[in-house]
Amino acid sequence: MSNQTQAIPLDTTASTPGRRRATYGLSDAVTGWLLSLPLTLVLLFFLVLPIVMIVIVSFWGATEFSIYPAFQFDNYEFLLTSPVTYSVFLNTIKYAVITWAITLVLGFTIAYFLAFHVRTLTWQIVLFLLCTIPFWTSNIIRMISWIPFLGRNGIANSTLMSMGVIDEPLEWLLFSDFSVILAFVHLYTLFMVVPIFNTMMRIDKSLIEAAYDNGATGLQTLTNVIIPLTKPGIMIGSIFVVTLVMGDFITVRFMSGSQKANVGRLISNDIALLQYPSAAATAVVLLVTVLIVIGILLRFVDIRKEL
Amino acid sequence: MSTTKEKKGVSRRSVLKGAAATAGAAIGSGAITGFPTVWAQNIKDVTLRQFGTGVSNLNDVAQKVKEDLGFTLEMTALDSDAVTQRAATQPGSFDIADIEYWICKKVWPTGNLQAMDTSKIKNYDKIVGIFKSGKLTPESVIAQGTAPHTVGFVDGPDGKTFAKEETGWMTLIPTIYNADTLGIRPDLIGRPIESWTELLNPEFKGKASILDISSIGIMDAAMVCEAMGEIKYGDKGNMTREEIDKTMAIFTQAKKDGQFRAFWKTFDESVNLMASGEVVIQSMWSPAITAVKSRGIPCVYQPLKEGYRSWGGGIGLSKNLSGLELEAAYEYINWYLSGWVGGYLMRQGYYSAVPETSKEFMSENEWGYWFEGKEATGDITSPTGDKLASAGDTRDGGSFYERMGHVACWNAVMDENQYMVRKWNEFIAA
Repeated sequence: MSNQTQAIPLDTTASTPGRRRATYGLSDAVTGWLLSLPLTLVLLFFLVLPIVMIVIVSFWGATEFSIYPAFQFDNYEFLLTSPVTYSVFLNTIKYAVITWAITLVLGFTIAYFLAFHVRTLTWQIVLFLLCTIPFWTSNIIRMISWIPFLGRNGIANSTLMSMGVIDEPLEWLLFSDFSVILAFVHLYTLFMVVPIFNTMMRIDKSLIEAAYDNGATGLQTLTNVIIPLTKPGIMIGSIFVVTLVMGDFITVRFMSGSQKANVGRLISNDIALLQYPSAAATAVVLLVTVLIVIGILLRFVDIRKEL
Repeated sequence: MSTTKEKKGVSRRSVLKGAAATAGAAIGSGAITGFPTVWAQNIKDVTLRQFGTGVSNLNDVAQKVKEDLGFTLEMTALDSDAVTQRAATQPGSFDIADIEYWICKKVWPTGNLQAMDTSKIKNYDKIVGIFKSGKLTPESVIAQGTAPHTVGFVDGPDGKTFAKEETGWMTLIPTIYNADTLGIRPDLIGRPIESWTELLNPEFKGKASILDISSIGIMDAAMVCEAMGEIKYGDKGNMTREEIDKTMAIFTQAKKDGQFRAFWKTFDESVNLMASGEVVIQSMWSPAITAVKSRGIPCVYQPLKEGYRSWGGGIGLSKNLSGLELEAAYEYINWYLSGWVGGYLMRQGYYSAVPETSKEFMSENEWGYWFEGKEATGDITSPTGDKLASAGDTRDGGSFYERMGHVACWNAVMDENQYMVRKWNEFIAA
């Protein structure tokens, strides 16, 4: 998100005066390598190395209380032959798709309202900040606060009952797929709003005027002008939401009352029981799945070009 | 955080060892507990790091240790899985492990704990029979599962395998134990509950819960299946694959039919489920019942005709303890068994390993109510001051011998544990 906002002032002329800087006798190539070195090292130690470790451990064996180096496919064999794995992965993808669809509609609508209906920049900023207020508390607290609200004797049920809408409490409000997705939507909609809002703000208003002048209806403007131009924002928001939902375990555990499972919970269960190799194998499969999903998403939009 | 502690530990230890060598004076102080404090002069500088489940890792205990013994006890409370993990994988991170006996069976082979010399345990002779011969009274039948005495002793100070009888080298010093059963909301059920089968009674569809800690949950599940007459187990504490499959099949079906409202993993979750009325019948732990009651909500720890599922915990010493710190640890253990902690825990509804010393730290009314199962003669309050019962009330399940005498099985680790865990995960994911 922050990368994006910082990217706005970039323009092509900026690189030319840079040539006058003192080079300390280093060629551009060396300077370039040196400049990228810190980030490369950080990524190497804190991203690449841990992932390599996980991949290695996923081939190890485990006893009740220890793990031992080996090269065996037992973990993968068990994982890929168990029907539970497939149902759990399916469930994870189900959560991701539904949450993605809802947050997309919500996020797009909110961003559209902020960018095109709110006229002054001040109000845009005020309303945008309003959207971020829930983020002042931890996401666990935001999630758990739904539990008393949705419970059998919770505020939602007692309100509906006193209004006479229902006769007995709705059981499916809490500890169900509904509550899990509700929490996901609540937690992650902002991740959709921010990038979409950002790209929308960069749409040249004269393009929309031109569309109207040429006789386009509101819907035509939306589908032919606004949506194509906000694609990068949509895509970044989608990547955020999909990866967050697919990697989550705590929301699913609390909001489903431990009754539903996703891949994250499989991993956390394994870790709790000291089955690190099995957890690592599951993590590798999840990582590959998420990478494939992102690969497919990136097929639709070339983010680099659009930014 | 752990690394800084580690460093502190090393320097502290080397300094103290030097100090210990020069300090020779034995001062017979410690009037409260009556133990001669051999290292009285420098023991105040000792810090022991204890970790364990929330049930007995109480700050009140740490404070009292500081008062009575003078040294510092740092407490860390974790859930059962995390406790096992830490005991098995981070031996340097603790001095005293407060673990359950079934965890001991899992962790002992790692060699992270050292056996204790029972001749240094002052109240050893008074420890309840369950932890020594396995028998509460000479006539008792030993229950199924990982009974504490089966993993309570090893052959010698470096023994890796468990001994069959008392050897003088104990793995864990028993501290706390109880008999678990189902918790119910009598006000929402409105009829007597007598059997474990009620957990799967369709009457409570969507209002039942079971705990999601596989090694304990499977036992509750087995109690239910056996009570239903569906499965006859050879040993509930050590099931065969076939028995595990059958048990999980019954529970998976119940789950698919919507029997369960939720599963719980932590103490607080179980309290909230019960107090909010989401659940009216569930597996539960004794202090959770107390917590629900102290909110003014009726909750009963229902004795059931098939018996209890029992558990026991104890403290084990880290392999790394030696010298002055080891002495301090033995003092701590002796103090633990000398009554104050026992009284504190018994007033929460647990049992102490040496009940007779705890008696001195409880009023006659409290002793009668909690241990003897008599009617309370006045208000019964928890150690933190919440009122739990009034005059005329009796404890659910009756006296100590009544309750501990009806244990059907102990929390256990099975030979087929890994298989069971996988099946349990399938049940949760189903």
